[in-house]
This record gives sequence, C-alpha cells and structure tokens, in this order.
Amino acid sequence: MAAHPFDSTNLSAGQKVAVKYFIVAIALLVAQILFGMLAGLQFLMPDFLHGVLDFNVNRMVHINAMIVWMLFGFIGSCYWLVEDESGEELVGAWLANLNFWIFTLAVAAVVVVYLFVQIGPGELKSIWLINEGREYIEAPRWADIGIVVCMLIFFYNITATFMKGKWSGISGTLVLDLVALAGMYLFGMFYTSNISMDQFWWWWVIHLWVEATWEVLVGCIMAWGLIKVLGTNRRIVTTWLYVEVALMFGSGILGLGHHYFWIGTPEYWLTVGGFFSALEPLPLVAMVVHAVYDAGSHGFKSRNHPAMAWLIAHAFGNFFGAGVWGFMHTLPQINMYTHGTQWTASHGHLAFFGAYATIIFAIIYIAIQKWRGDVWMSANLAHGWRWKWALGLLNLGVLGMTMALLISGYDQSFIERALGGSTWAAYFEAQNHSWFLEGMFWRELFGGVTAVGTILLIWDMLTIGAEETQPAQEVGRDSEPSGLGAELQPAT
Amino acid sequence: MNQTEWWASESFWRKTAIFVTAGMLVVLIGLTFDTVNAITAGNGAVPPYSVINQRVFYRFDDNRGYQVPVIGDEAPLFGKKLSEQEAAELVSHGKLTVQAKNCMNCHTLLGNGAYYAPDLTKAWLDPGWGNEAARERLMITFLKDPEGNARTFGTGRRMPNLNITDEEAHAVVAYLKFMSAIDTNGFPTGFTPIKQGEE
Repeated sequence: MAAHPFDSTNLSAGQKVAVKYFIVAIALLVAQILFGMLAGLQFLMPDFLHGVLDFNVNRMVHINAMIVWMLFGFIGSCYWLVEDESGEELVGAWLANLNFWIFTLAVAAVVVVYLFVQIGPGELKSIWLINEGREYIEAPRWADIGIVVCMLIFFYNITATFMKGKWSGISGTLVLDLVALAGMYLFGMFYTSNISMDQFWWWWVIHLWVEATWEVLVGCIMAWGLIKVLGTNRRIVTTWLYVEVALMFGSGILGLGHHYFWIGTPEYWLTVGGFFSALEPLPLVAMVVHAVYDAGSHGFKSRNHPAMAWLIAHAFGNFFGAGVWGFMHTLPQINMYTHGTQWTASHGHLAFFGAYATIIFAIIYIAIQKWRGDVWMSANLAHGWRWKWALGLLNLGVLGMTMALLISGYDQSFIERALGGSTWAAYFEAQNHSWFLEGMFWRELFGGVTAVGTILLIWDMLTIGAEETQPAQEVGRDSEPSGLGAELQPAT
Repeated sequence: MNQTEWWASESFWRKTAIFVTAGMLVVLIGLTFDTVNAITAGNGAVPPYSVINQRVFYRFDDNRGYQVPVIGDEAPLFGKKLSEQEAAELVSHGKLTVQAKNCMNCHTLLGNGAYYAPDLTKAWLDPGWGNEAARERLMITFLKDPEGNARTFGTGRRMPNLNITDEEAHAVVAYLKFMSAIDTNGFPTGFTPIKQGEE
C-alpha cells in the first residue's frame, strides 16, 4: 500500500478538473506516438496496412492527437494554476467538468470517424461531418464549432476566477493571450475554392497559434512554474515574461510571413517574412537564459526535481527545436529548396516536443506532487532512475528522429530540388536514394526509443512519490530585489 | 532596494510588450488587406478560374530571377470551354474532393501537407504524364483507379483507392490545372514543365 496514494481531497476544485485533462492528454500522447510509428513504418513497408489504415489516416491521427493533447495539457495547466494565482476558488467547477466531458467525447467521436469513415464524397457535407482535409485542423466543422464553444467556457471560467480574485502580470498576460488563441481558430472555419486564400487564412490559425499565442501561453506557465518550483521572485519572472512577450509578438506576428513565400502571395512577404522570422529565436534565447539563471541562482534546489528538469528541457528544446531548427530554413533563399520536404518534419518534431510536450510534462509532475499530498520530489527520490531515464530516452528519441529526418530532408533538397528540377521523377529519385531510406529507418528506430521513453514516463507518473515519507522540500522565496537587474546580483 | 534601472523595470517592459504587439498587429492587418486583394482569383498572382480554358506555360523572368506562369493560347480542359462561373464551380468541386479525400495527408499542395507522395502544385504540368495529348485521359484514369494503374517509381508506395467518381476526377483535374497557374514566386525551384502546344 502506497504511503501516499493519489487522493483527490488534496486538490482544489480547479485542480480536480486539471488532472482529468492531464489524463486524457497522456492518453492522446500515446495515440500520437502509436499512429506516428505506423505512418513511419509505412515509409519502410509501403504495403503495411495498405487499404486499411493508409498513410493519410495514420498521419492525420498522429498530428491531430498531438494538437489536441497539447491543448488538453494547456487547458489542464491553466485550471491547475488559476486558483493559486488568483487566490480564489474556480467560479464554475461544475461547468468545467461538464465542458471536460463534452470536449473529450467530441474528440473521441472525431477520432472514431477518422479511423472508420476516413473519407467522403467531394461535397461540403464531408467537410462538416468527416474531415476538413486541411493539415492540423482536419477536425470536421461541427467539431470546430464545439471546440470554439469549449474554449469560450474555459475562457469564461479562467477570466471570471481572476476577476473575482486578484490579477497579476502572469494572469493578465494569460487572459489576453487566451483571447487571441481562441479568436485565431475562427480564421480556419470557412471554405473557399481558392487554395491561396485558403492557405493564407489557414496559417493565421497554425502559425499564430504555434509560433505566437502558444509560445506566450507556455511563457506564462513557465513563469508560474519557476515561482512554484524554485521560489523565484515574482517581479523577476513577470519582467522576463514581458520581455518574452515583446520579443515573441515583435518577431512572431510578422514572422507569419515565412509561410507566405510560395502560396501565391505578393513578393514583399519574402522580405517581411524572412526578416521577422529570422528574429523569432530571440525570445527563446531569453527563456533559456532566464530559466537556467534562475535554476543556477537557486543552486538547483527545487521542490520538484522532475518538473524542474522538464522546465529546463523545455527552455533548451524550445530554443533548439523552434528557434535553431526554424531559423535554419526560414530565409526564402534556403526555404526554396527545403519547403515541403522532410526538413519541415525534422523541425516539427523537435519544436513541438521541445516547446510544448516538455512543459506539459513539467506541470503534470507538479500536479502529481500535490495529488499525493505534497510529497518529497527532490534529491534521492525513491526509484528516481525512472524519471531520469524517461527524460533521457524521450529527449534522445526525439532528437534522433529530428536528425534522421534532417538527413532525409537534405537528400530531398539536393536531389529533388537543386539537381532534379522539382519534377515528380526528381521527387522519386530522392525518395529512392539510400540517404533518404536510411533516414527513414533511423527515424523509425528513434521513434521506438521515444515510445519506450513514453512508457517509462507513464509508469513513473503513476508511481513517483507514492512511497515517500518526507514532505516536499521547502524552497525559500527570493528577497525583494526587483527588475532584471536583480538577476545580476548574487543570490543570497 | 529600489535601484532598478528603467530599462530593467517591470513597467517599462509591460509597456514595450503592449506597444510592440499592437504595432505589429496594425502592420499585419494592413498587409492582410493588401494581400487578400492580391490573391483574390483573377487579381494577378492567382488567375481567374477560367484559366482552365487556356494553356499554362512557364517562362524565366530575368527581373525576378525565377520562372513565372504565362497564360497562353486557348486549350479548353476536356475540350469544353467554360464560363468563369462554370469554371469556378468545377474548380470548387475539385477542391472539395481534394479536401474530402484527405489528399493533403500524403501529398503537399503549394508545398504544405505531408511528404509521403509528390507535391501537387504543378501536377498538371509535370513531364511524368508523357505528352500533352494523353495527359487528361491518364489523369482521369489514374484518379478513378489508382490501384489498377499504380506506378510507384520504385518506392512501393501506392495511392489507395479513394472511390473518386468520374465527375470528381474531372473536377480534381480542373483544380490541379487552376493551381498550376498560380504565381508561386518560383516554387518549386527549377521546375521543368511538360512540353505543350507550339513549344
């Protein structure tokens, strides 16, 4: 019998809702990896599941499960921190619970249709009922409307709780960002026969989510996480958060232009998109400096080691995955050769993992600690190898896939684009080249490493802290120096 | 300890964040109005839907440094000249079919999508169809029965049967022809089209 079983009486109303979101998020993570492995295997064995679960179905479930598990992770994180940050109980816990069940059942229904109906006739009703056929936002229109309603209920709950309680820099930024995040989704909810117009607005959703509003959202979560885990001074994290928002929106909003190079949009986007997207790594550098400095200035003494490690993994993963891997092919002169090749897949894998998966894992670890009654989760943790190996294997797995896909991408840039002249014959020449095929093999192998890491992570999440007898490590709050300058003063 | 420099203070960065975000949004909205006008079908980079009545060539533009589409002589798709309205409806049916059959999760369109199958941006102009005379028939035949007409080019990857009807196949070809005439600022790079007409 565990000394500290999961006990919901340890949780507040909002936190009880949050853990439900986290459980579904992890279930969808498993789906993401499973269908990713199936799709990856089809590159190596094209006849595998042909006509049953074709590549397009597996790939759609792979990327949709990812988007939705991350949204569930974000919503869970917000419900987790809202009461702590506002000092007030969640205003509509029953509504949040109802919303959770509606959202979860809707996601299940969409996945069942994806898997068993798959495609429809070329009519509007297919787009309303089966799938929209637009990458990342394939969810049929009825589900789009459901998502908007669910996001509005979620937004009401979070905002009303802050309005009843107290506001802070973190909560103010979070609420404004949620308005933008929910609002952006509306731009993906119409049909047009003009593919250029379609993709122009499609990027308003995809880019302004993952390269702007999601980044600011995780900036808010990171700020709150550092206060909780390390005891960092609030004014320091808030100031850093504003720096990040200025740099993030300053570069990311017009950085949208790097998706407008080749879709029929005017030529000025080559300049605007190239310039501003090249600046997009800047806020991510700020995050690394900020997180590592805070951790170091506290002598790595945290109340939750796994969460702290995942926060650091987030800072580096975001910088390398979104920042460096994005920068590598963001200038139009390079992107001309890389756009629509495995370069993008390489960037996508490291960026989504580094920027978003990591920080959700961190918040889940914070949740687990409280759920078990604020148990010890610092140094010399029982079975501490599990979270460390899970962290190592997941990072190794994703990094391995990233490198493998990059090599396949290089092969495409050289053979298909630079030498072959971008015809179908050139495409297939690149696909049949040994560099490409070896890349696909290693991607699948490292996908396996990622899967093993995920199994270990889930095992650890289910068991960590259960046998601990000590209470959580106390972390002293910083004294009151304020502003960025305080970072430069020796820790006391 | 109130020695915080103005440049390191919370209030300075809060204001900066607000002004930078607002400024960038204003610029984006301004550019959006211009771009939406520019990419409306028939306004320039994106041709009118009735472009499917004509040949689409590519010529190297010395000023821009890459190939740009040139709309050529009359060559109605399937031998039937359509009005702008009829063409728009046919292209729209083609796009709906491409969405409903989830083409984008194997192929890329304008370079966006998945990477399991070739890019469709210039599918209409790809030299792989052999010659202009056979192209329309080959495309229709393939779309309706991709399994029976499978060409995997050594990869072993076959397009599955997506139950595309004759009508849908014709619409998809119209959509592909329309897309091939969009001025994509030279993407995909160095493309060599199929020989057509008087070339």
